Amino acid sequence: MTDKDWQPLSRGQMAARVARDIPEGWYVNLGIGIPTLVADQVPGDREVIFQSENGILGMGPAPNPEHVDPWLINAGKQHVTLQRGGAYFHHADSFAIIRGGHLDLCVLGAFEVAENGDIANWATSEADTAPAVGGAMDLAAGVRRLWVVMEHVTKEGKPRLVKRCSYPLTALKAVHRIYTNLAVIDVAAEGFCVKETVPGLSFESLQSMTEAPLIDDRATQ
Amino acid sequence: MINKIVKTMAEAMNGIRDGSTVLIGGFGSVGQPALLIEGLIEHGAAGLTIVANNAGTGRTGLARLMELGRVRKIICSFPRSAGSVVFEELFKAGKIELEIVPQGTLAERMRAAGAGIPAFYTATAVGTKLGAGKPVQEFDGRDYVMERALPGDVALVEAWQADRWGNLAYRSSGRNFNPVMATAAKLTIAQSQHIEELGELDPEAVVTPGIYVQRVIHLPYGDPKS
Repeated sequence: MTDKDWQPLSRGQMAARVARDIPEGWYVNLGIGIPTLVADQVPGDREVIFQSENGILGMGPAPNPEHVDPWLINAGKQHVTLQRGGAYFHHADSFAIIRGGHLDLCVLGAFEVAENGDIANWATSEADTAPAVGGAMDLAAGVRRLWVVMEHVTKEGKPRLVKRCSYPLTALKAVHRIYTNLAVIDVAAEGFCVKETVPGLSFESLQSMTEAPLIDDRATQ
Repeated sequence: MINKIVKTMAEAMNGIRDGSTVLIGGFGSVGQPALLIEGLIEHGAAGLTIVANNAGTGRTGLARLMELGRVRKIICSFPRSAGSVVFEELFKAGKIELEIVPQGTLAERMRAAGAGIPAFYTATAVGTKLGAGKPVQEFDGRDYVMERALPGDVALVEAWQADRWGNLAYRSSGRNFNPVMATAAKLTIAQSQHIEELGELDPEAVVTPGIYVQRVIHLPYGDPKS
């Protein structure tokens, strides 16, 4: 099969694609970057409860500029709102929620994901002696499901879906699913299983942009 | 009559020694005891180990304390952020020691200290460079690293309301690290926006019971600076 004209998803489209798979009732933590955009893509009539590491459950969207509460920020230190039914708690309780396996899902960005589910998303090199880890390691190791949303390749065209991570690891065997701008890929025992590709993109082309071997598991090909 | 309310910053800071480990609450500027940090600068204690989520921004507050050479070591989860210029300079020059701790492990190490637990096991950081060199133990088929409790000599916290027994309540996301730090230090000093008469705070709404607090100072600081 040859490639037709295909378009990679935009950041907003990637966020929307992730949001489609989050069912009502889930408790979810979103990392910074594209993951943060996911919240706005969940339909208003679907109740999903967002958690923020700094002690919020039921976090709502950014306020209108005239209604900013200076006391209410998210983990990215942006002003947010609290939904009806929301709650505040302290940092140790917040991370008990995360580390105790109470969240249904965390969506994080990443530099690399390996075929065994290893994730590297906090430090760009071993030489960096002062990288900021924040809550990434707690989330990656603690939640029930970890999804990664990221570009399929780097700006230089280097694959991000790899056999082994070259960047410092955040957690071992932690990722369950990856949403890229080209495909949706499950991390299974046998490796990367491609569930979906953008219209017109062939499996072979996707493989050529991926270091680790892919398994074609698309419903319609 | 028990009265933990002190009138002056000098009383609030009294007895903080060189070489102390100081836990500083707040997440960004929200819930950060900004005026107590100013008081600590004025007080002059040096050789400090600071435990805080971030390593200061700009050249005021915690960044100023570091710039004055009072901080020997900082323990935090997010040293590098927009505006952490003083930390960057000192760290590059080898003038400050850094211990990076995952945010949940940081909170739990202080919770453990406050609860009399010397160490605990967690899945966070297993197989990463932040877990390297720490004892690993398998429980029910999964590996965990051992982390030690992190007690403070002093905790500086910000509350929204306080009373003379030291009971504290917080305001929305200003709670963050403050309650857990209050439990983990020998001397907890709270700056509070409001002072309530004893009995005015709803007992159901008290987050930090006064047993954890030694000194309260009324500092109606206003909204966090963004």
